[in-house]
Parts: sequence; structure tokens; C-alpha cells
Amino acid sequence: MNAKLDFLDGRNGLVSLLVLAALILIVFPLAMGVDQLNLTGRFLSFSFVAVGLVLCWGYGGILSLGQGIFFGIGGYCMAMFLKLEASTPEATAIQTTPGIPDFMDWNRLTELPWFWVPFHSLTFTLLAILVLPAAFAYLMGIAMFKRRVSGVYFAIITQALVVILTILLVAQQGFTGGANGITDLRTLKGWSINTDEALVTLYFITAVLLLAVIVLGKWLLHTKFGRILIAMRDREDRVRFSGYDVANFKAFAFCIAATFSAIGGAMFTLQEGFMSPSLIGIIPSIEFVIFAAVGGRLSLIGAVYGALAIGFLRIAFAEAYPQLWLFLMGTVFIVVVLFLPMAWPGSTRNMRLGRAAC
Amino acid sequence: MSLRSSERYRSSEQDRLFKRLRRTLVSSLIAAPVALSLSFSTTAQANSEWPTAEVNTTGLAVTDDTVKVGILHSLSGTMAISETGSVEAETLAIEQINEMGGVLGRQIEIILEDGASDWPTFADRSRKLLRQDNVAAVFGAWTSASRKAILPVFERENGMLFYPTFYEGLEQSPNVVYTGQEATQQILAGIDWAWNEKGARSFYLIGSDYIWPRTSMKIARIHIEDVLGGEVVGEDYYALGHTSFGSAINRIRLRRPDMIFHAVVGGSNVAWHRQLNAAGINGESQNVLAISVTEDEVLGIGGENVEGFYSAMKYFQSLDNENNQAFVQAFKERWGEDSVIGDVTQAAYLGPWIWKEAVERAGSFDIDKIREHLPGIEITTAPEGYVKVHPNHHLWSYTRIGKWNGDGQAEVVWESPEMIEPNPFPEGYQ
Repeated sequence: MNAKLDFLDGRNGLVSLLVLAALILIVFPLAMGVDQLNLTGRFLSFSFVAVGLVLCWGYGGILSLGQGIFFGIGGYCMAMFLKLEASTPEATAIQTTPGIPDFMDWNRLTELPWFWVPFHSLTFTLLAILVLPAAFAYLMGIAMFKRRVSGVYFAIITQALVVILTILLVAQQGFTGGANGITDLRTLKGWSINTDEALVTLYFITAVLLLAVIVLGKWLLHTKFGRILIAMRDREDRVRFSGYDVANFKAFAFCIAATFSAIGGAMFTLQEGFMSPSLIGIIPSIEFVIFAAVGGRLSLIGAVYGALAIGFLRIAFAEAYPQLWLFLMGTVFIVVVLFLPMAWPGSTRNMRLGRAAC
Repeated sequence: MSLRSSERYRSSEQDRLFKRLRRTLVSSLIAAPVALSLSFSTTAQANSEWPTAEVNTTGLAVTDDTVKVGILHSLSGTMAISETGSVEAETLAIEQINEMGGVLGRQIEIILEDGASDWPTFADRSRKLLRQDNVAAVFGAWTSASRKAILPVFERENGMLFYPTFYEGLEQSPNVVYTGQEATQQILAGIDWAWNEKGARSFYLIGSDYIWPRTSMKIARIHIEDVLGGEVVGEDYYALGHTSFGSAINRIRLRRPDMIFHAVVGGSNVAWHRQLNAAGINGESQNVLAISVTEDEVLGIGGENVEGFYSAMKYFQSLDNENNQAFVQAFKERWGEDSVIGDVTQAAYLGPWIWKEAVERAGSFDIDKIREHLPGIEITTAPEGYVKVHPNHHLWSYTRIGKWNGDGQAEVVWESPEMIEPNPFPEGYQ
């Protein structure tokens, strides 16, 4: 085997990556109709967040219950760009102020707020999707890790931040679309994102990006950074005494997870056609953690299976028992948390890697 | 009006007689074979008259004797409590239509889907209904957010949605029939009533903070200040679920408005009314007009807390006409004596009837053909009275002012003299 590919964990790692690639790039597209593929594509966009959580929670021991923030930043950035494109003066001629998004007009805004203006540019938008969440995560991370806030306290603070963000989004509806979110997104640079061909294309883009993110994650774990990450999780003080700046390393891991989530959010918006606060609140944020837990929190690839498994289960339940399905999902979540804390792929690897994260 | 209504009552009387007849027929053992052959013969007749290939050229779920429709509401989550009434009303209407022989000789089958108070779920479920189940119509959505989420799906897949809730307007889709009121139909006549009948000159506006109350208050303010020449002495918004209205109530006591005009929704409503009462603001001391309080809300708020306050709606459960008496009776028989029926529930009940009428006029289930025949459809058996579909897919409706009594029902104290034309994009009010 090529030594350069060592970071894929040898033959086994390569095989499991290829199996996933074959599944999402060949099997699903052949076996599924456009609708199901689109649905699967959205589950895949959730799994970006789960992959990020495996990095920062599974390996780094940083449990964030607020990944919805970053998923949301990515999703909203993309939605703002698409909404501006949809709000041409011709399309909005009926408004008091044509040329601004419809919800701004309803809220009596008469000009585009300054922070919306740069989102006319696709380049800026794409950069923002990558940089904004990382910057925000860095600020959050440094603020907390420097003060040695960790474990459950960190989780609670991230949860609180999610609540603050959703309240902000709902309350500032003139700027954000409020509880409705940013809806009715139709084209990307003139390319309709609603057609069947577009949905298939977006699916493949999502799948390829996801594989890229997983490979990047595996590579990161293989570097010295990855070793320090695990060391910090298991014996933070020893790493600190060895002269490493623990806070910075933790913040870096958190930033990576944030950027991964934002990429997922952006791909979600493109495939769903809208973005709303209900996608980033407490419940979605906790679901992301469950995806990672189901997949075995130490497996980047397992996280994808976790997101897919829960996603498909949810659809199956909802279709079979429209009045009961939430209870069934709740039962599944409880079972996962109680009885499968390390899930299946994680359990063997975990023994190899020593003590569990908590 | 009187001529039309007497006709209307006669036809609804016949319907009910027919229904009772059918029920006794079916329930008696001896008559069973007769009823069976009867229904067979009508089906056969209908199908020769309406061959499936002709009434369905676009691949909808229509067979020789059934047609599938979807009901898409929140059966779970925070909105379930509000949306259940709509599910019940739509189911009741469909059952009644089936009992009368269905639509174009076809029995309606319901596919029930749960939007789970979650907007992406609504979008998913509507995609499933339209693309997988190929339903001929969907009755559903309740909040504006859920409607906004599924609207692109209906427009792309060319479905037909019957949306029951009174809402902010500013929308008119060829793929939606709005059976509730748009904002001006509730607000303008309501404020005119306050101005003329109650002599109100100063208004305090208060609402929950989202698109519907904000749009409604925008229209209210323009009407009060620019059209009537009155005064708005305060305008407040509170986040959904907010429960502390002390500061607003203090301002209200200070500024002494002639009328409090409010659109507070959901759980906030309970706190808002209790705190008003605790501050000594009640039906005797203060005029309060709501556009968000129906029988369903009063159930939560408690009748004693809204006693003497007013609501502007198009329907109240207490409406005194034969259509409504039959409807209330049927609703209670089907869903229990304790059920209350609010404005939206009644609007939801209209959806299947309007769809049936459109299909029969078009002689087809095809969405494009239904759409052509929607404008001008009249339902004379509507509980709210006579209803007519406007070319803009909204309904003409009366505005009625109800005064709440202590037991959770309202007495209609005023009705707009004419039906109000729906105008989702009111010029001068934007």
C-alpha cells in the first residue's frame, strides 16, 4: 500500500471508505428515484455535522450541543445569496420597495441591510460559509477553553447559544425572515435548483464533498494534531504540562467541526429550497449528536451511517404511523443513549484507543 | 339574501334527510343487499359517465371507484393542539361527501400525513403526497411558516392545496385555495365597527412577533391613522410564547386607549388575558378586540378571562343558521360532545366541499381544469353561510364581531352588511 495513504488506517480503513463511496455514489443513485435521492442528500448534509462531531467529541472530548449554530450559519449564508438572486426588481415588482427580499418588505424595511449586501456575490458567500463559522467557533472556543470550561459546562453553554441564535433569528424577522425562515429559493446563478436534474447534481456534489471531508478528517487524525487531540481527551493536564497550549488545539478542533457543519448547512439549503430557525434549534442540535453516537462516536464513516440510519428510520416510522412516529423515534433515541453509548463500530476501536470520551 | 338563504336551508334539509335515510338503510340487515346493489349501480353509472381515462389525464391517484387526497397537518409537536380541529373538520367533510356518493362517483380515500410542527417535515410530506401518492388534492398547513415551506413544492409539482387559516395575505398562488380570511377581511371591517359602534378613536395595537401580527398591525395602523383619522397610542410585539405582559399593560393604563386591538397567539394568550384581568382590565372597563382569539383559544384561556371582550372573525360556533346547526351537530357526533369549533376549523371544513364542487364543474380531477373552474364556486351549505371563491383563490366572507360570554362561546353582535371582497395585496395598505 502507498505510504501516503497510511492515514486511511491501512487496508481496512481504505475498504470501508470505498464501501461508503460505492454506496453513496453508485448504489443509492441507481436504486433510488429522484425524491428519495434528494431526501438522502439531505441526510448526507446532516452527516457533515456528525462527522465534525466525531472529530471534536469522539476524539477531542468536546461535546457540543450547539452544532446547529454552524449548520445554520452555513445554511443561512447560502439562503441569503439565493434569496437575493430570487428578489430581482422584476420578480418583486408588487412590493413597496422592489428588489429586496419579500419578508423585508412585509416588515417595512425600505432598503437592504448592510450585512446582506455582500451576499450578492457568490464568491463572498462561499468564503463566508467556510470562514464565518470557523471564526465564530474560534471566538467561542477561545473564550471558553482559555477559562478551562469543558465537559458538561461547555455542552450547556453551546446549547444556550443555540437558543440565543434561534431567538435572535425569530425576533429580527425583518432581517432574517423570522420563524418562516428564508423561503422560496429557486436558482443559483440562473441554474434552477428545483428540477430533477438539479436535485441529482446537488446530491452528487454533496456526496463528493462529504467523502472529501471524511478524508480530510482522517488525515487530520493521522497527524500530530490528531494524537494531541486524543491525548487531550484522555489526560488534558498531562498534555498541558508537556507544554502544549490545550485551549488552542481544542479551539482548532471545534473550528474544523464548525466548518464541516456549515458546508452541510449550505448543501442542505440548496437541496431543501429553504432555511428556517427550526432546522438549527435545540432539537436538531441534539439529533446531530445522536447521529454521531449511533455511528459510534469514534468513526467518521460511522457518523454517515448514523445519520442515514436515523433519517431512513424517521421516514419509515412517519409513513407507517403518522400519529405515533415521534414516540417511536424518541424510544430509539433513548435506547441508543442508554444501551449503545459506544455503538457498534466504535466499540472495538474504542478498546484499541484506550479510555472512552465522556 | 333571504330568498337565497331559504333555498339554502331547504337543500341542506334534503341532504340531511337523505343522509339519515342512507344511514338507516345501511344499518338494517335486510336492506344491506339493496344498499349494496344501489351503490354498485351508481358506481357503474358514474364510471360510464366519467371514465377514469377522461377525468384523470395527469396520472393522479384516481381509480374507477376511488380518489386519493392528502391531509397534511401537525399531528404532533407544539402546533398539534391548534391543527387537530382542522384535521377533524376535513375528515368530517370528506366522510360526508363519501356518504353522499363521493366525487364523480368515486369514494375519497384520505392519506393522513404528520407535518410534526416542523417546516422541513411539511415540505417532505407534501413532496411525498404529490410525487409518490399522486393525490388529487391536499388539505392542510396551518402556520404561515409551514405554508411558505410547502408552497414551492405545490407550485413545482402542480398540486392543489386548500389552506384553512386566516393569514397575512401578500400571497396568491395558482396552486393554493385560501379558505380562511386574508388580513383585510378581518381587520378593516373590525376597526370600522370599533370606530362606528364603539366610538373608538384611540387604539393600542399589540401582537405576537411574527409575520401575521406584524402585517395585520401595519394594515390596522394605516386604516386607523390615514383612512379614519384616529390615533394609535401604542404598538407592541412580543416573542411567541412570551408570558409577561406587565410593561404593555402599564402603558395601556397610562395611555387609556379606547380600544385594545390585539393579535396575541398561542400560549401567550393565556398569560396576556390573565394579566389583563389581574390589572383590572376586563370586559366592563375596557374595549378589547382580538383577531387571534377563537373558541379554540378560549378553551385554553378560560371563558371567564375573556368575558366581555370581542373577536373579529368570519365564523363563530354560535352562528345562528341551519347550516351551522347541522355542522355543529355532525361535528360533535363525530368528534365528541366536548369539541369546540373555531373559525379555522370551519374554514378547514370548507376545503373538501370547494374541491368537490370544482371537480364536478370541471368534470375532471386534473389540477389545471379544476383551477379554471374555481373562481365563482358557491357553497350554499357552508356553516358560515354562503361562500364564493374569488378569482384570486380567496373567499368572499363576512366579518363578524363576537362578544365572548363566560362559558367560552361568543354572541355575534355585529356582521358586516355585505360580504367583503378578498384583497391579498391591498393597495395603499402596504
